[in-house]
Amino acid sequence: MNKIKCECGHVNPEGTVLCEACGKPVEGNQHIDGNDQRKLLNMRYDGSARRSQTYNKSIIDKIWNFFSSVKVGVWLIVLALAASAIGTIFPQEQYIPADAPSRDPSVFYEAQYGTLGQIYYQLGFHNLYESWWYMLLIALIGVSLVICSIDRFVPLYKALKMQKPKRHTTFLKRQRLFSETEHVTADEKDKLVSGLKKQRYKVREENGHVLAEKGRFSRWGPYVNHIGLIIVLIAALLRMTPFMYLDEYVWVREGEQTVIPGTEGEYYIKNKKFILETYDKNDERFKEAIEMQGNVAKNYQTNAVIYKEKGETVAGADPELEKVTEDKIRMNHPLKFAGYTLYQAGYQQNEFKSMTFKIHKTDDPDEASLGSFTIDLTEPKDEYQLDNGFSVDVTQYYPDYELEDEEPASKTNFPRNPAFVLTVHPPGNEEPEMSFVGIGKNVDATGENDYKLGIEDFETRYASGLTVRRDYTLPLFIIGAVIFMIGVIQGMYWQHRRIWLHPTKEGIMVAGHTNKNWFGLKKDIEQVIADTNVNMVDDQLDTD
Amino acid sequence: MNIEKAKAAKKNKKRNRLIFRTIVLALLLVAVIYALVSNFNKDKTDVSEGTQAPDFKLQQINENNELETVRLSDYEGKGVMLNFWGTWCKPCEKEMPYMQSLYPEYKKKGVEIIAVNLDTTKFVVEKFINKYDLTFPVPYDSNKEVRESYHVEPLPTTFFINPNGEIVEIVEGGLTLDKIEGYLQQIMPEQ
Amino acid sequence: MDSLIDVSSTMLYTAFILYLIATFFFGATIRDKNKSSTKGAGVSGKIGITITIIGFLAQIVYFITRWMASGHAPVSNLFEFMTFFGMALVFAFIILYFIYKLNILGLFALPVAMIVIAYASMFPTEIAPLVPSLQSNWLYIHVTTVSLGEAILSISFVAGLIYLIRQIDQSVRSKRTTWLEIVLLSLFIFVGFSIISTSFNLSGYSAEFEYSFNGETVTTDYHLPPIAGPNEGELLTGDRMNPLFDAPAWMKGVDAARKFNTVIWSVLTGLVLYGLARLILRKRVGAAIQPFLRKAKPDMLDEISYRAVAIGFPVFTLGGLIFAAIWAQLAWDRFWGWDPKEVWALVTWLFYAAFLHLRLSRGWHGEKSAWLAVGGFAIIMFNLIAVNLVLAGLHSYA
Repeated sequence: MNKIKCECGHVNPEGTVLCEACGKPVEGNQHIDGNDQRKLLNMRYDGSARRSQTYNKSIIDKIWNFFSSVKVGVWLIVLALAASAIGTIFPQEQYIPADAPSRDPSVFYEAQYGTLGQIYYQLGFHNLYESWWYMLLIALIGVSLVICSIDRFVPLYKALKMQKPKRHTTFLKRQRLFSETEHVTADEKDKLVSGLKKQRYKVREENGHVLAEKGRFSRWGPYVNHIGLIIVLIAALLRMTPFMYLDEYVWVREGEQTVIPGTEGEYYIKNKKFILETYDKNDERFKEAIEMQGNVAKNYQTNAVIYKEKGETVAGADPELEKVTEDKIRMNHPLKFAGYTLYQAGYQQNEFKSMTFKIHKTDDPDEASLGSFTIDLTEPKDEYQLDNGFSVDVTQYYPDYELEDEEPASKTNFPRNPAFVLTVHPPGNEEPEMSFVGIGKNVDATGENDYKLGIEDFETRYASGLTVRRDYTLPLFIIGAVIFMIGVIQGMYWQHRRIWLHPTKEGIMVAGHTNKNWFGLKKDIEQVIADTNVNMVDDQLDTD
Repeated sequence: MNIEKAKAAKKNKKRNRLIFRTIVLALLLVAVIYALVSNFNKDKTDVSEGTQAPDFKLQQINENNELETVRLSDYEGKGVMLNFWGTWCKPCEKEMPYMQSLYPEYKKKGVEIIAVNLDTTKFVVEKFINKYDLTFPVPYDSNKEVRESYHVEPLPTTFFINPNGEIVEIVEGGLTLDKIEGYLQQIMPEQ
Repeated sequence: MDSLIDVSSTMLYTAFILYLIATFFFGATIRDKNKSSTKGAGVSGKIGITITIIGFLAQIVYFITRWMASGHAPVSNLFEFMTFFGMALVFAFIILYFIYKLNILGLFALPVAMIVIAYASMFPTEIAPLVPSLQSNWLYIHVTTVSLGEAILSISFVAGLIYLIRQIDQSVRSKRTTWLEIVLLSLFIFVGFSIISTSFNLSGYSAEFEYSFNGETVTTDYHLPPIAGPNEGELLTGDRMNPLFDAPAWMKGVDAARKFNTVIWSVLTGLVLYGLARLILRKRVGAAIQPFLRKAKPDMLDEISYRAVAIGFPVFTLGGLIFAAIWAQLAWDRFWGWDPKEVWALVTWLFYAAFLHLRLSRGWHGEKSAWLAVGGFAIIMFNLIAVNLVLAGLHSYA
């Protein structure tokens, strides 16, 4: 079996179901589209020879044919759908709530959801979307997209190009919309043609046989949207290379300056101020809602300055900095510079910035101040001189005080619960006295101190959390999405409508086909045959 | 039509089709493998055992040590134990005396101990150094830039760097005296 | 200010009533004995669609006045969003009505829209301020497009449902008749939810509970008598009934037990309503409706169902995936984050992609396709309701 020559003279490639030129069913191939079982012809891909339907010899061909099947494609889609849904049963690892008793996944799922949670975790579903098998599934959909498209595009293109106005009567009779009229005048035939043209059909005539066509380009919609999807998948693939895609997180405290991670030490950020605004409780519009749910945040904002290191960069060397930009970073309004983007992502207000202490006599019930001093918690000094002759030595400092095994210690290096061992040198030559002072703590080392220290005031500061992104794949995603949308609209909002007129001895046969929207095609035909006695087409689907 | 010719043409076409399909499938296979491999390697960084240790230059804050600044590249030809630590970190505190006890001996043998500090205030670091009488250089990474360039997550993390500037070993977590000594011997320059 | 809000609520109420009246007119078209119904709309149909359009305009006025009152597009909490979805449903119906002029579609589409609006109004209706992440024009664009897309896809369900009621053999009980009854029952449950919430709200029922949540003691206010109380919760309000049982311990979310209690009530009420319907009709609900649908042409219904997917799918893709990604990129610094709501948008999209591919093959037209349309609607509703209330992620509006 090689090429198939049709009685109309056209030579079709192997595996053709309906002759490319005249549409006559090719004998021996009707099982391929199931035409042997039914009255109506299957018009998928116009009965062209899909490559996969023919050869099945080598392993390459077998793999090819496997992926070329739409059925396989649909199965892959269904599997991806089911897998995606499973991933939402319990939160993914990244969405374990911050306030959970334990955020360790090996503990969290069992503690929170019992045995089911345990199984979920052990199957790796807590990280489902990054699992190798989920990625493989998506990749296989990509493979299926490529092969299905290649396999169908060329034959369909050829079939639509080869088609002739003159169609075989079997082909016409086995279309869904068909009618035959015994007597039709030449005048009426002309009316039909002009009617078709008026409806913006492209009309081709050959010896009185007419092929009227509209919206053929919509047939390419699926291939266009598949190209869009393939571009999106390629973009996703590129995103895995660190050069193309960078994702870092940085905490920067008010007044602090730090290197921006991921920039190879090239850029620095300074947090000038962090602003947290809430809605006004007295705002008439929102009064009720705020009463119900409490304060609602209105704005998170970091006033930031970006610096660039000048000259050669050696990590840590006192950088010579050049200001790049100064701007506000707000939610929904990220800051962009030199290909990087900074997003407002979080904040913390649990750090102290400075503390002010006062000295008073231990036995003074009014605790009248004898003098005060302020310790900058980022840079405590060894000694503080007070105006009235007192001086205070900072003997020990615990930024985040806790008692561990009866020993004072610091839990972290951030001033979240600052505590000091302070030595007070009163004026004159009185004995120095030691005190331990922190939030809610004031311990006298000997129990015989004449002077006591009290916290007079303190300042807190915010730490702002920012995500750092550089994503060179974004344009590719956008291109892919745009192409996909063009393709899907092209394929869905236009339809390929075809009407054939086939003159018989004295009359005419009318047949119509469309890939979608039969209702619209019928309306077209109704208008075309108005004012003639040509029979309206029957919808043969009803009788099928 | 010549039957021989037709057969040859058919054969030719078949071969071309096979080549085309093979190429397309091979490309797709490469893409899929690339996706899986890069997903697998996602968490690996460019600073790992066997790579060159990134250079850095920091201010030195241990008053018991005469250096003003520390630059890693100045130690070429010497082994370097590069330790990242903070005063609040308990296992760091535990291994400091071990490091101090080995320091004088190994300095003579051509191995330097450098302990990069990550505290937010120098004040506590000075108190700490005096408490343990540390003499090795303590560079102060105020911007966390060096920590960032070495991708240090948990503290302490220690890099053992050989005389060629290559990272031989990365240890996350505290070390015992024996272990430190073992690693130091690994990076000792040959006499 | 207050007057604007009043106008707004009145207009929503008006729209609801008009939809109800329009439904009756569409219902009357069944009795149109003349043949006009197969071609053109018929008188009742014309009146029906006119009232629908007036109702739709009233709802637009609701939308605009509420926007003016709050200063942001009213699509930012569950009430506003579901109401908008109901409006989009009506809009989608109007579009498809003008393409196909099928009256019977109105008889089913409008009640679905009404159920959605009634359901929406059970959620807090106060105008709430926008948290920073929602302060973006992309939010409006995303939400309006996605609900329009979902609404058009829902019309596919409406047509599919009519197809199923029309076509399924009701002479014997079968798996298909049972499933159809389940689909209808679920509509009864939504109605049940609205009825039971309204009645207890009107009576001002309230029972307060105290329970422990993440180690903290919190209180929750039940507006329906507690069948299921919070796990190890304590009733604070006197002279209220004690819960019949505690919600299972694994229901951990905020107010999970209260939501669970509401679900129980809705299902019970829905079952009662359904039971009553069965008692009165003395046959399956599907079987009772079937005779009224004789005039509807099955292949026409099948085509509308398919066409609605063809029209809705691109809109949904644009709103639910592309615009959503743009907004997520700006607000959350990533365009895709595997948040449950995003995943379910993807599931919806994959489902309809599969649907469109299956339509290419023979054997997937007609009934199978109608079942798929029902399945697609179930996924959409799951995403709109269950994901917000059960799998709460970033989108947890309510």
